[in-house]
Amino acid sequence: MIWIFLLLLIAFSGLAYLGGRRLATRRSAGVRAHSRPGQHGLYALIWVGMPALVVLIAASIFSTPLERQMLAAGAPDSVTQLEPFRREAFFSDARRIGDGLEAQQIWPAPYAEELPAEGRRAHRISSALSWGGGVAALIAAILGGIFVFVRIRPDLRARNRVESWISIALFACSVVAVLTTLGIIFSLVWDSLRFFNSVPITEFLFGTKWSPQMAIRADQIGSSGAFGAVPLFAGTFLIMMIAMMVAGPIGLFSAIYLSEYAGRRTRAVVKPLLEVLAGVPTVVYGFFAALTVGPAFRVFFNTIGGWLVGGPLDGIGQYLLLVQNQMALVAGAVMGIMLIPFVSSLSDDIMNAVPQSLRDGSYAMGATKSETVKRVLLPAALPGIAGAFLLAISRAIGETMIVTMAAGLAAKLTLNPLDTVTTVTVQIVTLLTGDQEFNSPKTLAAFGLGLTLFVVTLLLNIVAMRIVQAYREQYD
Amino acid sequence: MTDAPVDIGVKTNAVSSRTERLQARLRGRYAREVRFKWYGRAAIGFALVFLVILLGSIIMQGRTAFYSHSVTLPVYMDASRIDRAYPQGANFEQIVAEQQLRRLGIQDDAQGSKTAAMKALFSSELKFQAAGMIARQPSLLGQTVPVTAPLADNADLYLKGKISQATPEDQRRISNEQMAWLDRMKASGSVRAHFNSALFTKGDSTQPELAGLLGAVVGSALMLLVTALIAIPVGVGAAVWLEEYSPRNRLTAIIEVNINNLAAVPSIVYGLLGLALFINFLHLPRASPLVGGLVLALMALPTVIIATRSSLKAVPPSIREAALAMGASRTQTVFGHVLPLAMPGVMTGSIIAMAHALGETAPLLLIGMISFVPGVPHAIDEPVGALPSLIYIWENASERAFHERTAAAILVLLAFMIVMNAAAILLRRRFERRW
Repeated sequence: MIWIFLLLLIAFSGLAYLGGRRLATRRSAGVRAHSRPGQHGLYALIWVGMPALVVLIAASIFSTPLERQMLAAGAPDSVTQLEPFRREAFFSDARRIGDGLEAQQIWPAPYAEELPAEGRRAHRISSALSWGGGVAALIAAILGGIFVFVRIRPDLRARNRVESWISIALFACSVVAVLTTLGIIFSLVWDSLRFFNSVPITEFLFGTKWSPQMAIRADQIGSSGAFGAVPLFAGTFLIMMIAMMVAGPIGLFSAIYLSEYAGRRTRAVVKPLLEVLAGVPTVVYGFFAALTVGPAFRVFFNTIGGWLVGGPLDGIGQYLLLVQNQMALVAGAVMGIMLIPFVSSLSDDIMNAVPQSLRDGSYAMGATKSETVKRVLLPAALPGIAGAFLLAISRAIGETMIVTMAAGLAAKLTLNPLDTVTTVTVQIVTLLTGDQEFNSPKTLAAFGLGLTLFVVTLLLNIVAMRIVQAYREQYD
Repeated sequence: MTDAPVDIGVKTNAVSSRTERLQARLRGRYAREVRFKWYGRAAIGFALVFLVILLGSIIMQGRTAFYSHSVTLPVYMDASRIDRAYPQGANFEQIVAEQQLRRLGIQDDAQGSKTAAMKALFSSELKFQAAGMIARQPSLLGQTVPVTAPLADNADLYLKGKISQATPEDQRRISNEQMAWLDRMKASGSVRAHFNSALFTKGDSTQPELAGLLGAVVGSALMLLVTALIAIPVGVGAAVWLEEYSPRNRLTAIIEVNINNLAAVPSIVYGLLGLALFINFLHLPRASPLVGGLVLALMALPTVIIATRSSLKAVPPSIREAALAMGASRTQTVFGHVLPLAMPGVMTGSIIAMAHALGETAPLLLIGMISFVPGVPHAIDEPVGALPSLIYIWENASERAFHERTAAAILVLLAFMIVMNAAAILLRRRFERRW
């Protein structure tokens, strides 16, 4: 329904534009008008389209809760006495029947008879609401049209008015970005506060036991729930370190080679290829880690374990024989590969910003290229490279799919790369993709974790960008 | 130096030993130089080898999902076992399996275990095919007609060589006897390999041989449509305001810092925002392309803004000054001259942002695109699957046949992304202007 109204709205606005232009041409015949006819047309379009659009948007936002209330208000007693969860299911089926669909479940005696009548009522309510919205929008468009067509005169400063509307619209667009940030902060903080009401924040930040299973019934045993996030932080840190050990050296050396040694042709071939690594979706890396790298690493360590068993290193051999597919090393290594192009392109930019005169001075003193890189270029670029590494670290901490698919779920306090660990992001996904009950601390814990993640990555980014900025200004 | 006096010869020795020392040092320095260069080459080689392994392993795993085996058998439509009015109630698999055993000349035991084993080779689609034929043409009852249906996933995997006879029989899903039957049916031509069209024409299914990508592709397309309709106009508008209109004040500075920070917020945080704001607060439908598109639009917004700003910056100020000097207003200058000139860069940046949004997975899982959605969606406010979330779901499936299909889904996703990126590169090549 809303689509038809939107199409009508577009048609009306188009008509308003044409009408406004026409009217302006006719009324300013022989007079010198302030604005061109097209600008009058745009002015008419704004005044016809915008009030109607606002009404339509408001109607579509408020119609859903209104429809729920009206359905609940007129329902027969037997339905009203149902428990809330069943009542919602009943209304949802009534709406489905109203839309000409099948009910999703079979209802027992008193409800089955009421269902068709309720379905018709649901249909009446929803069509009344959508028609009401449409008619209100039409009235708004007509009122706007009357307002504007009376005012179209040669001396109307239509251009200035249209332009100020345009700049307001552009400003609104850039405010969306700020609103997004506010939205993130409010939604995270709000639900986190509710979480910290039931779990003290100190326990969350410093507790060392993570087992987010809550008792569903009060008398249930053994699932009191523990929300100490330290094991998750440890797992995240471990995987991040492994990833940076892979991405740091490889990314930095590729950047050095590309910016100092490679010819133009090599650069033109290699750089896009590295960018391909950056463009591959993370779920693909996750698949690669879980089904190719994980089994390969397990076979490798099991084979080494097989050699060691019975020798002087029997204990290590026994351990290696039991290594599983899911381990921190697999997730970290694959994440490191993902980060290589990120580190290398950032470092490349930063090294290119070092003035050529520094290099020339070094060459003039007889230094070789590698000596110039090591003694002059890297020290000069160090702050920038540190910033690049911090950005990569923040990327590694927030990465979700690779760890979800390859790192495992066991919350352990360990620094052993062959162990399964879990991370903050994995736990957010796990907590929110199971059975959801929105007010239990179990699901709210995900928002606590999300807030932690957001704050940490934000701080890392701010610091990193400050460093890079200061570094750039140094050579500008 | 050969005829130099003796006393100078000592000196020469000293000099030559010094030269040698210097030369040795120089050799060492040059060796280090060469080594250093090789470190760089090794790093790049390492990254590229990984790229090849990554893509190669996915192609090798996904290759076999693009063909599948189907079986065509003459079926005697036994009127005593098939109800004319309700053909879907008949146990077609049983009927076909019994007839096929008879044809192969095999006697079943008392428990009917061989019939059960034969039944397990066919997909449940067989039943729907046969029942559909009877429903459309009841006169087929009592006749023998050829029925075609896919093989079950394990039988298909065996014929593709993914289940090896060398594996001990109790560790595989298909017995030696079934393997022998399949080989005989293949030899007799009743089992044939063909292009796996189900992969591209069907929605998701719990049975691998019937599962397809179409539902997820349509879901992703709807979502991307919402994303593009929101992110591109809003992003371009914001960039135009920041680049051409904004006064240099605190508010502008805050907005700029804010956009740079948003670009680095982890994607899963956007998922949390979508869950809390769009689903729990605004009650938009869970797992719908509308919510998914909104979340991805907020995520893509900073990328679009940054790309648009840099291409607006690239338009030389002389264009603006010329337009202003001719009496154009600022809005006329921007929309009549600057923005059209910056359009190739804007489009390139937007397409790349959309390609990135297409592959994003984590936020989709949080807004509910993790549940099983059969069929093909056709509205933006009902639950759908998306390509990346389907990859995640299939990767977690226990049936082995889903693994090759996951790889195939990845190849399809990568193909879409390659097409989008190629379009962006072409646009840039074709329309890029150097001032």
